[in-house]
Amino acid sequence: MSDITALHSSLVAQVLEGEGRASSEIRRAAFDNEGLAEPVHTFAHKVAYGARTVTDADIGTLMKAGFSEDQIYEIVVCAAVGQATRQYKNALAALGAATGRN
Amino acid sequence: MRLAILDHGHGIRAKAMFVLIRVFSGHPVVDAVKLAFYRPSFYRAGGLTQEAMRGQSEWSVADRELMAAYVSKMNETEFCIAAHTATSALAYNDGAKVSATLADLETAPLTEPLRATLRMLGKLTRENNVDAEDMRRVLAVGVSEQQIKDALAVAFAFNVTDRLADAFDFAVDDPAAINAGAKYLLARGYR
Repeated sequence: MSDITALHSSLVAQVLEGEGRASSEIRRAAFDNEGLAEPVHTFAHKVAYGARTVTDADIGTLMKAGFSEDQIYEIVVCAAVGQATRQYKNALAALGAATGRN
Repeated sequence: MRLAILDHGHGIRAKAMFVLIRVFSGHPVVDAVKLAFYRPSFYRAGGLTQEAMRGQSEWSVADRELMAAYVSKMNETEFCIAAHTATSALAYNDGAKVSATLADLETAPLTEPLRATLRMLGKLTRENNVDAEDMRRVLAVGVSEQQIKDALAVAFAFNVTDRLADAFDFAVDDPAAINAGAKYLLARGYR
């Protein structure tokens, strides 16, 4: 049986607490999709709920606001890992409720 | 690729490896590989994806590749749909089964446990939530608790990767490169 529990924890710790170019506050807020100021708020929300709708103009808006490509890269990664983590934990909780083992 | 750093910002070792890939495969380096080798000290998901896709499981490799393709279909991520449709088709040696699943899950020639599992993964991916009743429906057709956990690991890996592929605008490769990539993923995995 595969088990990604430890690998998932270390992935999350790495993107939130590892060496990055964006501040740890912005990375955490992008991961949580909460507490971000514009224009990052709208951008991170798009990554979480409709990444296929991200455009070159969205990237341009962040760059004009002073974010570097590396910082934008980190914001995207944190927003993606954060939303997939919420889905994953929601599903594990539903499984626990169904089996009575939560 | 939407960020220039993901095309050209790699260190010298990664750049040298890309040259070798181009020479020996005869194909351009795919955007997923460029991402995987960009600042791995910040983001490196290959180990997790390898465990989800190739770790021990009652689901076959072909089944898990089909889950990856199906989750990607729900996210409408063209790069990952193409890559994992090809990989699943090769692993099953049955492209029609994979095409039928992506066209209509309810009429595709699948076992009921796999169909019910894909249905649950589809809802989770589209709606971001499932509930206990969704899980009971999957358990009721004979899917074990561990199989559900294994399927959720695949869904996690691709719900991350699909978002990155779309946000960074991964180019969809030509069919020959996609098939070469599928053969590589079956032979070598995701590390």
